[in-house]
Amino acid sequence: MDMKGRSIVSIRDFTHEEIASIVAKALEVKAGKWPQAMRGKVLATLFFEPSTRTRLSFEAAMVSMGGQVIGFADPNVSSAKKGESLADTIRTVTGYVDVIAMRHPLEGAARLASQVASVPVINAGDGANQHPTQTCLDLVTIHEEFGRLDGLTVGMLGDLKHGRTVHSLAQALSHFRSRLVLISPPSLRMPDHLKLELEAAGCAFEEVPTLESVPCKLDVLYVTRIQKERFADFQEYERVACAYRLNRETLAGACSQARIMHPLPRVDEIAEELDGTPNAIYFRQAHNGIPTRQALLGLVTGAIR
Amino acid sequence: MNDTSRARKVYAIERGTVIDHIPSPMALKVVQILGVQKQGILTVGMNFPSKRLGVKDIVKVENLILSSQATDRIALVAPTATINIIEGGQVVEKRPIHLPAEFKGLLRCPNPRCISNAEKVTTWFLREGAGADMAVRCVYCERVYQNPAELVV
Ligand SMILES: [Zn+2]
Repeated sequence: MDMKGRSIVSIRDFTHEEIASIVAKALEVKAGKWPQAMRGKVLATLFFEPSTRTRLSFEAAMVSMGGQVIGFADPNVSSAKKGESLADTIRTVTGYVDVIAMRHPLEGAARLASQVASVPVINAGDGANQHPTQTCLDLVTIHEEFGRLDGLTVGMLGDLKHGRTVHSLAQALSHFRSRLVLISPPSLRMPDHLKLELEAAGCAFEEVPTLESVPCKLDVLYVTRIQKERFADFQEYERVACAYRLNRETLAGACSQARIMHPLPRVDEIAEELDGTPNAIYFRQAHNGIPTRQALLGLVTGAIR
Repeated sequence: MNDTSRARKVYAIERGTVIDHIPSPMALKVVQILGVQKQGILTVGMNFPSKRLGVKDIVKVENLILSSQATDRIALVAPTATINIIEGGQVVEKRPIHLPAEFKGLLRCPNPRCISNAEKVTTWFLREGAGADMAVRCVYCERVYQNPAELVV
């Protein structure tokens, strides 16, 4: 599969075969098959919204494959501050580099950038919309654990209404005959339009209100944070957040064998007592960010085929 | 006298485009979407009795032959419309509205966090489904909207 010149804007743009081959390339990169593949190439990291974690992951990915990085980490130092349009910033930068990774607070910013750039654009987060490299690294982690993506039962826990991470992961998994168990309070259920999309893709899913009511054994339990800002009332937040906290006790039952994943950083939704258990794979998941981004950088620049 | 001959005869024109069977009261919206306000003589008729629609509107644009591409843009507000192309006082072409697969520059995204509302961008929506289930998805923020006619600028 040739992905040279392709932008990575939304997981929605990719077929089953394309997702599977991105995952396979990431595992090759992790196994050391593509050292120094980015030598002579330059990445621009354009962060119109700060995200140190994601930016450093892209920069480390590029540098450790022999490439170079330019860019900015803070919109206050960019020309956007002086009123330059996003499109003009991209048109300028596109002449200096081989690939652009960008984060922007507005939804669709990466799509617009990909339309005006002459080099591939990798979306490192556009507001509440997409963060496709996170989804890819989630899939890489799942594949690493199970040796496959097909036919797994995946629980998603917490704020399924606002969490773009779980939205994109659900979209991606719908290509792989997954069974999804959506575990959330009624006020934070997955939005209807996404459920319609899952249905249209033939993806089996069910919604349950609590961990205890999960009806089947889970292969993966994907945990997301329930944020204070989503609640008008602090006590209501405390009550809900507490009910969805994961610890030895709540992990019993259907979830006892489940691999626990989390996009990190976590606050207190997963108890530290679980960190040393075989269930906990969230730190390994975070480490997969580097080989996954390396594979994507290599694929879209043609350095990896 | 059937609907078609009336639309042509009551507003008899030698050459131009007659848009019939517009659901009332969408005639003015149709004129706006077609952008024909200043393109020669324009006649707008509203609230005619119609067997099919109960009441209908009719728009007649003189001396302007509109392409399907142009008239299909009214699909969201007047899906029932029929287009009559008149040459030499005769109907030389009669066609329905086709529902386009995408809409460029026609709708505005209601999402305030969408880049299409912050930058000079031609809005772009993809159609999903048809009939009562029709929705549109913003190419930029990827949100789905169930009532696209409400988004017409
Ligand atoms: Zn939008």
